[in-house]
Amino acid sequence: MAKQKNGRRDVYFISGGISKFAKARPDVTFQPMVKEAYDYALKDIGLDNRQAREVFDGSVASYFSDHFQRQLMSGIMVQDYLGLCPLPGHRVEAGGATGGVCFQEAYKNIASGVMDTCVAYGFETMSHVNTWKGNEFIALASDVSFDYPVGGFYSGYYAMMVVRHMQEFGTTVEQLARVSVKNHINAFHNKYAQKRRKLTIADVRNSDMVAWPLTLLDICVMSDGAAACVLASEEGVERIRKATGKSPKLVKVTGVGRGTDAMRMADRPHADVILLPHEKKSDYKGLKYPGVHSFRAGRTASKLAYEHAGINNPIKDIDFVELHDAYTSSEIQTYEDMGLCKYGEGGAFVESGAPFMPNINYGLGKLPRQGEIPVNPSGGLIACGHPVGATGLMQAVFALWQLQGSIKKHLGDNTIQVKDAKRGAIHSHAGTGTYVTVSILEKN
Amino acid sequence: MKQTCLEKKPLTEKIKLAETDDGAILFRVPFPKNLKDLHDMSPIIIKQPYHIDYIHSFGQDSPFFAGLANGKLLGTKCSKCGYTYGTPKGHCMNCGTRCNWIELPLTGRVHTFTVCQFGSEEFLKETPFVLALIEWDKVDTLFLTRLVGVDAANPSLDWVGMKVRAQFKRNAKFKPTDVYFVPEK
Ligand SMILES: [Zn+2]
Repeated sequence: MAKQKNGRRDVYFISGGISKFAKARPDVTFQPMVKEAYDYALKDIGLDNRQAREVFDGSVASYFSDHFQRQLMSGIMVQDYLGLCPLPGHRVEAGGATGGVCFQEAYKNIASGVMDTCVAYGFETMSHVNTWKGNEFIALASDVSFDYPVGGFYSGYYAMMVVRHMQEFGTTVEQLARVSVKNHINAFHNKYAQKRRKLTIADVRNSDMVAWPLTLLDICVMSDGAAACVLASEEGVERIRKATGKSPKLVKVTGVGRGTDAMRMADRPHADVILLPHEKKSDYKGLKYPGVHSFRAGRTASKLAYEHAGINNPIKDIDFVELHDAYTSSEIQTYEDMGLCKYGEGGAFVESGAPFMPNINYGLGKLPRQGEIPVNPSGGLIACGHPVGATGLMQAVFALWQLQGSIKKHLGDNTIQVKDAKRGAIHSHAGTGTYVTVSILEKN
Repeated sequence: MKQTCLEKKPLTEKIKLAETDDGAILFRVPFPKNLKDLHDMSPIIIKQPYHIDYIHSFGQDSPFFAGLANGKLLGTKCSKCGYTYGTPKGHCMNCGTRCNWIELPLTGRVHTFTVCQFGSEEFLKETPFVLALIEWDKVDTLFLTRLVGVDAANPSLDWVGMKVRAQFKRNAKFKPTDVYFVPEK
């Protein structure tokens, strides 16, 4: 039996599926929507539904809000609809990072030896209330004694963070807009994405101001959607092989990390930077960290995942990243947390072209470092949509397809396939940076 | 992006008639002769109102709200390590010790801010409004508040660092908005 360090068993990610993300899915309730993603994942490895119940040891369910549906215990309603009862299962919740945590809980089920096969499924139906009520529900993920009553609005919270980032580091709104241009144009080649648009920096800046300096096109939209992932041990892979007579293309989960920070932004410390292996204390003289400009949880999650996977310099050791770009600003903040560039250099990093796809013309002129480490080749949350409980799993599925080299098979378009991708990182993020997960996936 | 219009204009580039949440009350729907045709039926969508009154206790943070009602802005300070909280914490996040109540200075600086042109449904009618985090020397954490008396139509990074002063509502509502900040003359 293959054992990793800390006595963990090897964990393989073998299949995934996604429902087409949409503003609203009134044609189905959430259970059949998850079944679309689940059935796709089964079909991809040649399993039928009856076999699945015999082959799978259990599940983990991911959804963020009970308010959006006004239905408690939605997880079990999915479990029964998928025909997975009476197998073990539970629901996880970690705000925007619910999907990332779900993926890691499935990983833990396998790594610990509790299960040999595990399905991680997730969903959110955000269309049951109007957008402004939806913003109210999401803002309840801020302290209801001190934060929510002052004017609870997540776009406002992120705007305050980026204002501080601009003040501290000189980041510009045009640099933010570049993230939006990149992700919308990437999504143009992703049929699962909700918003597939060829935008310019001017389009982003001229769209409605939501919370200064963030415009409508700096911010992800609410969605209805679902995603599912199948994870297995060596024994589990063998079991699936026996049942189907086919060998799935394996991707290995080689690193998992998670971090947290205080719910209230006001409570965040102003202390020293948590350093990654390729950074020095002298890089950050006088910088008060994390303040409200950086995410200590994202840095902690990255550090742990990198240590686990043996990554010393992320920009050299990772081929692509799918990260939680709920806002263009948080994509820039996350470049820094993940060590793709130093703190303060996120704006220059996007301007250099490093996180763009190498083979796409973005209409931004010459980008000197274009394609160095594509970030959000799928289009990210900004363009794909953000059905919270599905989001982290959606990122995992896109990363799986990248590493399998199967983007064309699944999207019918090869444009966003990262060539020879061997190692990818997925990053899932909650609240104003309260829970963050980073997982490292590698081609086997 | 389809939006439902409440009291705010729709977020869209297109000219459209405002959509509202009210609709017709439906008592009967057409039904096909052949049950196979039911797979093609349009979804039935109904409105389900959901109103709740919560009994929310501020618990250990209650003195903060009593302070606002009496024109005092209270924070807390760790009795052991001295860490000082601009938004009260009952116990120190640093060392776990119980904190004591302290009075914060009524003048501070804008650490960061935003102008909300849109917002959650509850606050939509108040837009545009300015949110700000306030900082003080020798206070380790910040305080979230509304900033008033600035030109919301012309926000600028220069507002960061602005000296501001706390003002209190005369009729306390026992909410954190019983205090707000204005530019210090
Ligand atoms: Zn202390």
